Parts: sequence; structure tokens; C-alpha cells
Amino acid sequence: MKTQTKLIHSGRDRDPYTGASSIPIYQTSTFAQPDPEHRGPYDYARSGNPTREALEHSIAALESGAVGLAFSSGMAATSSVLLLFKPGDHLVVGSDIYGGTYRILTGLFKRWQLDVTFADSTDQESFQRAITPATKALFIETPANPLLNITDLRAMAAIARNHGLLAITDNTFMTPYLQRPLELGFDIVVHSATKFLGGHSDLIAGLAVTRDEALGRQLGAIQNAFGAILGPQDSWLVQRGMKTLGVRMEAQQKTAGEIARWLQGHPAVKHVYYPGLPDHHGRNIHERQAAGAGAVVSFELGGRPAVLKLLKQTKLTLPAVSLGGVESILSYPAMMSHAALPESERLERGITNGLARLSVGLEAKEDLIADLESALN
Amino acid sequence: MPIYQTASFSHPALGQSTGFDYSRTSNPTRLALEETLAGADGGFKGFAFASGLAAIDTVLHLFKAGDRLLVTEDLYGGTFRLLDKVFRPLGFDAIYVDTSNIEAVKEALRQPGVKGIFIETPSNPLLRIADIRAIASLARPHGILTIVDNTFLTPVSQRPLALGADITVYSATKYLAGHNDVVAGAVVVNTPELAERIGFFQNAIGAILGPQDSWLTLRGLKTLPLRIHKQQENAGRIATWLGTHPHVRRVYYPGLPSHPGRDILDREHLGFGSMVAFEVDSASRIPGILSGVKVFLFAESLGGVESLITYPAVQTHADIAPDIRDRLGINDRLLRLSIGIEDGNDLINDLAAIL
Repeated sequence: MKTQTKLIHSGRDRDPYTGASSIPIYQTSTFAQPDPEHRGPYDYARSGNPTREALEHSIAALESGAVGLAFSSGMAATSSVLLLFKPGDHLVVGSDIYGGTYRILTGLFKRWQLDVTFADSTDQESFQRAITPATKALFIETPANPLLNITDLRAMAAIARNHGLLAITDNTFMTPYLQRPLELGFDIVVHSATKFLGGHSDLIAGLAVTRDEALGRQLGAIQNAFGAILGPQDSWLVQRGMKTLGVRMEAQQKTAGEIARWLQGHPAVKHVYYPGLPDHHGRNIHERQAAGAGAVVSFELGGRPAVLKLLKQTKLTLPAVSLGGVESILSYPAMMSHAALPESERLERGITNGLARLSVGLEAKEDLIADLESALN
Repeated sequence: MPIYQTASFSHPALGQSTGFDYSRTSNPTRLALEETLAGADGGFKGFAFASGLAAIDTVLHLFKAGDRLLVTEDLYGGTFRLLDKVFRPLGFDAIYVDTSNIEAVKEALRQPGVKGIFIETPSNPLLRIADIRAIASLARPHGILTIVDNTFLTPVSQRPLALGADITVYSATKYLAGHNDVVAGAVVVNTPELAERIGFFQNAIGAILGPQDSWLTLRGLKTLPLRIHKQQENAGRIATWLGTHPHVRRVYYPGLPSHPGRDILDREHLGFGSMVAFEVDSASRIPGILSGVKVFLFAESLGGVESLITYPAVQTHADIAPDIRDRLGINDRLLRLSIGIEDGNDLINDLAAIL
């Protein structure tokens, strides 16, 4: 079955009791037990809820994993995955990991003595040098946010295998429609399902998928014990959103490619970052591991005033954090997604004060370009 | 858009209103949907209802006892039931006519008391095409209202108001909401006078759409063009493939070169929709097909992201008398497909395995 078909039918495409074409929203906290001596399939909705479970089955099938788990946010998914480790464990993390992940690693989990070394995952040599005897996992993101740096997933999986590490990646930017890291040897995929999976900028949700059943059970125990679960309403809405993921991603990525090329030709734009551009660093690697370039484009305008002017003068794009919705979202990484990074660290990573990030939505390409053009001139 | 789950709105002071008083009359979430529908259809004003039939019922209150309505003969069974069992006893009669035959329409319009024509095009389930532009231009000089049920094609593929119709009605449950998870109806009108009358009936009868479902329908509308384009592409492929299958006697799809009425839709170049009907060579195949499909869901309704297979003679058109059904071609060998957005090859393979 093709991914496009799995998006419609991989979870529970019909209710087993009534045949309903949409999975029921089981808005319940508890389940009556018919036989007190034998626990039924569900007992308490933190431990398991049929609506959430349908989503969990669906994302597991889409990512070609064994176990899928739904959380109340992308950060809840990541935090729950990090709870797999214990004090004294060490992680090597891609230096251009999402700012929120950086924040919990350096703030919250540091207090629990989880050691982290940030290393450039686009450079396998230097990344490997960060591995110590205490290292238990590597955690990367590709294309990374916001510069769309490309990491070789197969090479990273091989490094993890050679050193006995868990390989974890954040697949939010690509979704399983375009990239399936578990098929390339990764152990865990996390998602902010708020983005392309939910797709309508109307919910907050996170997902994690494990390649292996035993690891999935371990993470499932954390999901239940830690309890950062996704509620039934939002579980249902994510599934509704995922049904159109394929058609949305195709349309958004097509427009993103056209906008990236248009931006490249604009005199006010110093540089464009987009994995679909011929000169994008790592493009060949990306093409080997993903079926498309995605719908996020970043570009350099030279300084803060130029970005602020763009944010104020564009009319169609939403000036906001987040990405992956049907509406185009223009954000300013230095002040938004990456504000948690110390300035020196941020600048070192190339996230300059002149960088803008555009998540391309479903609007007509002509309208978006006209909007950008009038704001850039 | 917030979901305004509220019945009432407080007033700033005596004699003042925020513009919203009571949610039956108007609700901000429903209003956002109604404005979006009007914009999509190129109409003056939109209205959202509890179901497609609630929308049609409200529109039919424009007429009175003694009036007569011309109606597409092979129309949706629910609309037939509403006209036959609810409105006919009240003295409002329907005259059934083949609206794909412009001469027959011309003839029928001459009958006394005709105040409106209600067209379903493509018709359900045989996908016969009516020429909206021609019919509206015949009706207008006589003050006869042209009402089009545009459920099958949606504003993405057909714009009845631009072709001269006065009112469009929709089961928004279908393509507009698009995910088989909402029951909703819509009406869009072309003039301020009609807007005032329908608005009055909407409030007076009260068959309104609630805020949750209004919001979900709005959410569905955001992907409408993407879904329709993918569905039309799949439908065209499946219809062509069915046409070559040895156990298929006949395929009904407006995009097929052999389909009568194809030229009428082709004038606007907006597409042919994604409903396909076909007749198999023997009724004995039907149970096996309906229980054997794996990707298709055997269910009523249509227009969702998932593909559905329906048996019209038993499901959607059971209320139409057997002799009329037979004459129309809605026989016991006919199946109707609503094509979704799955991968086209997976859909063809599913049908190939059971045919």
C-alpha cells in the first residue's frame, strides 16, 4: 500500500462497533470493567484510549515502526523520549536541534545529570569524536531548523550501530510522507504533530515512534507513568489532518520550490536555504533519503530591520511561530524559535539577525510572491 | 477561528447589540463558514444548516401551497422523500423531468403554476448533466427560480450562480467538509432579496449548523481544491479502467468521451467530479464486491477523502418506486463509487481483485 493510501486507511478507518467512517471521539477518563478479575483492553484513558490508539497505530504504520505513541506536544514527546535515559548517561545532539529541545536538554535534563554534547551532525568525523563511553544515544534533525542543514541519516544510523547507541531523530519538517528514518536504521522518530501532520495550525500535539517493540513498550510505560498524553479531541483532529497530509505536502512543497527560486533572484535576498535548490549544501544526501524538499524555506536579508519590515509589511503570511499549516507562516528565528539560544551560540550556528523563515502554505503561488515582493521592495 | 460554543451573547446596554444576540439567529463561527461559502460560490450570501436536507427544506419554504416545482427525475432519494412525503401533502407538487434534456425542460416549464426548477447536476447516481446556463435563461423571464444542488461538483468544478442560477444548495457533509465526519448543509443565494428571505427562514425554522460542525466544515474547506483535484484525477483513471473490464457492462462518468453531457461540463474546464457509477454484468456479483473491497468502504454518503462504494437500488435510492428506478437505469447491477484521495493504483487494484 502506498503512503497516500496509508494516510487514509492505516489507523482505524472505520469504527469496529458501528462502522462509522470517522473514529469516535472517546471523551472518557475511565472504562467499566466487565470482569473484575480480568482487565479489559482499556481501563483508564491515560493508559490507553481508543481514539488516541487509532492515531498511534496510524503513525506507527506510516513511519514503518512497531509502536507509535501520542503526546500532548512535540516537546512532551521529546521529553518522554529523554526519560528513557538515566543520570550519568550522555547524548550527542546535533548542534542545530530545535530551540525547545536545546532548552530542555541544557535546562531541565541537565539538572537530572543527563550529559549532552552538541556536535555538527553534518560532519560525521567531528560528530563521532563527541561520543564517549557514557554515550547512550544520538539525537539529530534533518533538514534542521532553520537553515535546513542536511544530515546523512544512513551514516548516522551506522555510527549509532557501531557504538551501540540509540539513534533518535526529529522528523517534523519532512513527515513520513517524505522521509522515513526508521527504514534507514533509526530507532526513534519524534514529531511535533502540531506542524504538517495536524496541518491546520489548530492544535498542539506530539508523536513518537519506535522501530522496535521492546523499546516501544519502555516508552509506552513512560507515556503512562509521566502522563503527557494527547487528549481524545486532539487525537481525532490530528488524524483528520493526516488524511490530507499527502495532498497538502505535494502542493506546499511545489509552491515552496517556486518561491525559493524566486527569492534567489531577488536583489534584497542575500541567500536562500532550501533543500530543493541545486546549490543547497547536502542536497544529494537529502535526495537519497527523502522523497521531496519539504515546504520550509529560509532566507537571509542582511539584518534585523529588513526582517522586521518584511514581517510588518506582508499581508498574507502570518507573522508567527510554528510552521506546517495550510496558511503560510513567516517567522523570525532569532526572536522566535531560537530565542532560547544564547546570542553567541545562535550567531555561531548561522542563525543571524537577518534570517527569515517561511513555512509555505496552500495559498496560490502568485499571491504569495506578490505579497513578498511588495514587502521586500 | 474560535469555536463560539455559546447560545447567547450579552448586550452592552439596552437597545445595543454586539451584532450577535442568540446563536440560532447568528453565531460568529457559523458566520465565518457562511461568508466563506458565499465567497467560494461567488454568491451574495451563504447559510449553513444542520444537514443537506435541512438546507433544501429551508429553501423549499420559498414556495407555497399551489406552487409547483420542476425537479431532476433521477435525484437524490432524500430530496425525493422530502418532496413526496413532506411537501406534497401540503399541496406543493413536484414535476419530475429529465433535466439533461433541454427540450423536455422547455416543455415542462410551460406547465401552470411552476415557480421553481430544482436541478441536480451531475445527477445521482447516473451522473446525467443538465445545462444550467440554458435552463436558467429559460426560467428567468418567467420569474421561475433556478435552484441547483451542487453537492457533487462543488464550486471548485462548477459555479452555478455564475451560470445564471439563483440558489445553490449543498450537502456540505460531502466534498465541502470532505472527511466523512460532519453532517451539514449549505445554501448560497445570488441576491439581497433572496438572502433576506432565506435568512428569515433559517432563523424562523431554526435548522442551523452548530458551532463545532461549522468549524470542522471550515477546516475541511481549506483543503477542498487539493482534495477535489486528486479525487478527479483518480476518478478519471478508475472510470477509464472500468470501461475496459470484461465484467463491467457500462460506466457512467462525465469525463469519459462517450458520456452524454460531457461537452456541457467541458465548456467551463473545471473538471468532471469524482463520482463514478458502473453496471456489472450480473447482480450476483454485487454481494461479493461489497464484502470483498478492502480499500473502499461499503457505506452511504460520498465526497470524503476515503473512497466509498454504494449500492444505490438498496441504499440511497430505495425510496424511489422500482418501476421508476428501472426506467432510469438504477437497477440491481448498478454500483456507485465515490473516489477518495488514496493512491489511484491501490484503488484500481482493490477493484481488480474483486471484479
